[in-house]
Amino acid sequence: MRNFLFLLIGTLFGITLLKADAVSWFRMQEMFRFQGFQMFGIFMTAIPTAALSVFLLKKYKIKTIDGEPIQILKKKFNWGYVYGSLLFGIGWGLTGACPGPVYVQIGSGLTIAIITLLSALAGTWVYSYLKPRLPH
Amino acid sequence: MEIFNVLRQPWPWYIAGPIIGLSVPLLLLAGNKMLGISGTLRQVCAMCFPANIPFLKYKWKDQIWNIFFAGGLLLGGFIGGVLLKPVTIPPISDATLNDLKLMGISYEGNILPTEIFSWIHLLTWQNLLIVVGGGFLVGFGTRYAGGCTSGHGIAGLSTLQWPSFVAVVLFFASGILTANFILPLLLK
Repeated sequence: MRNFLFLLIGTLFGITLLKADAVSWFRMQEMFRFQGFQMFGIFMTAIPTAALSVFLLKKYKIKTIDGEPIQILKKKFNWGYVYGSLLFGIGWGLTGACPGPVYVQIGSGLTIAIITLLSALAGTWVYSYLKPRLPH
Repeated sequence: MEIFNVLRQPWPWYIAGPIIGLSVPLLLLAGNKMLGISGTLRQVCAMCFPANIPFLKYKWKDQIWNIFFAGGLLLGGFIGGVLLKPVTIPPISDATLNDLKLMGISYEGNILPTEIFSWIHLLTWQNLLIVVGGGFLVGFGTRYAGGCTSGHGIAGLSTLQWPSFVAVVLFFASGILTANFILPLLLK
């Protein structure tokens, strides 16, 4: 039942990414070349909406549906954030996709995106394997 | 079916952005989950090929929510891309399309350029580098960085976490350099 809720939120997220063109390779090239506003508009409305919602959830001490207090885990900095982000950016610039859009592309019938997903899974696996030897 | 026709049109950023932003409080309310999609890649690795790697040996059953979330993304792609198939071509800026045309990439409303992302054209070294190499770096880099556009860009920034700010600035800068300087070399 709970998992159905996560499926539903994911579905809404996926439809929105697709209909707003945020899964388009062409749209990413437009964004990275600063030639269009669509992607910037999405980020500039999504982030404040999320920030305001979280602020209100905390201010009114709203509980989760299980009655638990809302908890926001603090991210702890390590140098992996720097090296990893630089590498991810190269992949994002080439494939025009971050992980979310890859799933949406496959769902929309683009079977070739399965190759992107399998490559990303291989990347995650190799990182996991090398993790103890990489600088963080 | 007026509403159906409206939904089929491309959605403007001021509709899509807030919906995407609302997924952060919705996931918190549904079970204290932080939005983050690259975590699903680790989850699949842990479920399918853990190979005794410590980083892949965790209680993935406790994190199974993100597999359902990823399933929702697939379903959302199907609903948005097939059931609500766009009737008009989403307008990409002329400047971008001209630049891409010079690199041999054409646009007819497709999500992915067929000259790179198609089964018949995949097997050139340039295209393999873009699709397989790029995909690999997406998976490797996001896990190394502890998050992607959703986890750092939307969830991290909106909860005012400075490590996410560092990550966003760097992956965006790296994406700009790649799209403007590396991609053209591969497409020439």
